[in-house]
Amino acid sequence: MNTIALVGNPNSGKTTLFNALTGSNQRVGNWPGVTVEKKEGSIKYKDKQYTIIDLPGAYSLGSFSEDEIIARDYILKGNPDVVINVVDATNIERNLYLTTQLLEMGAKVVVALNMIDEAKAKKIEIDINTLSQKLGVPIVPTIASKRKGIEELVSKAIELIDDNVDYKAHISYGESIDKEIENIKAVLSKFDLDYPTDWVAVKVLEGDPYVISKLEKDYALNKTSFLKDLREKEEDYELEIINKRYEYINRITREAVKLPEEQIETLSDKIDRVITHKFLGLPIFGLIMFIVFQLTFAIGEELLGGYVGAAVEILGAGVENILIRINAPDWLISFFIEGIVGGIGTVLEFVPLIVVLYMLMGILEDSGYMARAAYIMDNIMRALGLHGKSFISMIIGFGCNVPGVMSTRTLENKKDRMISILINPFMSCGARIPIYLVFISAFFPNHGGIILFSLYFLGIFIALLMAKIFSKTLFKGESSYFIMELPPYRMPTIRNVLRNMWDNVSEFLVRAGTIIFFVVALLWVLAMLPVGVEPYSQESILGKIGTLIAPIFAPAGYGTWQAAVGLFSGIAAKEAVVAILGMVYAGAQEGTALINAIQSAFTPLSAVSFMVMTLLYTPCAATLGAIKKETGSLKWTVFSALYSFAIAWLVSVLVYQVGTAVGLG
Amino acid sequence: METMALTKLGPGKNCRIKKINAGMMATKRLYEMGLNTGSKIKVVKNDIGPVIVSIYGNKIALGRGLAEKIIVVN
Repeated sequence: MNTIALVGNPNSGKTTLFNALTGSNQRVGNWPGVTVEKKEGSIKYKDKQYTIIDLPGAYSLGSFSEDEIIARDYILKGNPDVVINVVDATNIERNLYLTTQLLEMGAKVVVALNMIDEAKAKKIEIDINTLSQKLGVPIVPTIASKRKGIEELVSKAIELIDDNVDYKAHISYGESIDKEIENIKAVLSKFDLDYPTDWVAVKVLEGDPYVISKLEKDYALNKTSFLKDLREKEEDYELEIINKRYEYINRITREAVKLPEEQIETLSDKIDRVITHKFLGLPIFGLIMFIVFQLTFAIGEELLGGYVGAAVEILGAGVENILIRINAPDWLISFFIEGIVGGIGTVLEFVPLIVVLYMLMGILEDSGYMARAAYIMDNIMRALGLHGKSFISMIIGFGCNVPGVMSTRTLENKKDRMISILINPFMSCGARIPIYLVFISAFFPNHGGIILFSLYFLGIFIALLMAKIFSKTLFKGESSYFIMELPPYRMPTIRNVLRNMWDNVSEFLVRAGTIIFFVVALLWVLAMLPVGVEPYSQESILGKIGTLIAPIFAPAGYGTWQAAVGLFSGIAAKEAVVAILGMVYAGAQEGTALINAIQSAFTPLSAVSFMVMTLLYTPCAATLGAIKKETGSLKWTVFSALYSFAIAWLVSVLVYQVGTAVGLG
Repeated sequence: METMALTKLGPGKNCRIKKINAGMMATKRLYEMGLNTGSKIKVVKNDIGPVIVSIYGNKIALGRGLAEKIIVVN
């Protein structure tokens, strides 16, 4: 099957074009060996199927980030039969920079001149014929969000597949650099390189670390003084080559593109004057986040969560009926109802919340607001040793820490990323809410709001405090510079928002689903064994584990085996805590029976102390799994599990002891 | 013609980039985003937090530390 690759700058509308091209025929996976998402789709044209690969958005094809290396390697190794280069018509010079790099590589390129309507509105005149002629590639004007020009783009791209024209751009980098390139080519011609020699020669001069190390390792070029001599000069060449590429672009655009004399103040500029305002920016950001959470919990948890819960109960009852009818033994019925249906239920009840959260985040992202949020938060985050973008992962963590940890991928700097991962679990995720609610209804039915708010606030406070400590100790060094494009505000497209939501929710379902389901089933087994014991009693293995670790929690005011069992199951999955407490306290009942049992087992003070513990302690197995995957290190995963437990214990003990001392006990 | 750091320019001011004194990684990134020597930019916002500049209407936010290292002529 022939393959078409999509390449383009971030914010060029590449994803929108990909969605418009492939519709629902797409899969999301990972590029081998890295956590960068790989999106693949397919289209049918004249009865033939074509694969479309959405390469990561990039400004350049250097080796600045994993994204760039992936895009570049994929094109160089000759995988795509043709490349569709998405160019933002409103930002044509900068976007053509990537195009020149594609042409230097000798890729077969068709340019999708996207957002041509916005360019017209900005009074940018583009003579497409001249531009196409000068660049030497076909150009198709498109408006991806309105699905305009898509047909023609596809037919042009496919035409090109069987075309054998040489599209390589021949850019002059000035006399001295051109001469240097010829010299390098002469040396390289002795080797059988994987990549085009011209391109490698330019990259060597640009000091591309990836290409150079490849030459050293694979072709033993480090044994000659060839590369060393070059390296001394390369400093000057690196930036000069970029300037020359822009000169090349300027020569072309001078003839083909007319920019307006005066920049027109767009609606975007007007909105930005309020949104990014010195004093208004932060309160507006706070308000937007407040609305996002209100909607997430109102729609996701209260409105839809109930239906899912009810559906799971009906499913449970149905399964139970069938099992009773076929005379299944009690233990089997219990396994299905509490283990399997219970496990599925705990995962599913969460889905509405995550669906709503991701839709709202998707709208914010697609509209262009997220970049502003990072901009507004950068000041505060920088003071704490973090990057403006870190805050976005913290916000997502409020829904669920698994996607929160995953979303740190957008941070380029290792230090920023590690800190953001380690503090994410302090963001109180949705799974912890039911635990708070049980204790609030037992002791503080009239002060629920303020208690919930205080817990969230405590979580943020500890997260920021730890970020500051980490950046002064374990992860010293500079945060990466803040460089961020602020794309114009755009109406979010339903297609993009739904697509993005589904990609994230399905990843959550697979990742969290398998782990949560597994651990809930495991907890059930632990509660049943040894054979013959009263399930969920102190004599079961689960009860014995609880009895063993209970003394640790005595200074925090809840040193009972039941509380310990609850916390132990919370490391498996926070969703399991309430269910397990129901089992050990109230004989498989939640609701009023559990609340009554908790009222007699806890005091108001120890209840607060317990809530603080559940807020801060060891992340759940699914989150630890995500931390392992994203850090690629077992050491940091174990560290995350242990240090958060230590902090939770300290704060919880502090709350209980100080509370007792001042007479609140 | 006066040479100064980008952070010294108020909103609405036009200038041309003369030199970037940041590390190679950051400098290259800026070049690749269209902030190379000779490019015309306009300061959109410069009060607290990152400086926002516009290149033909396209806005880029630059952290203050970085903006201080961008030398421009007005």
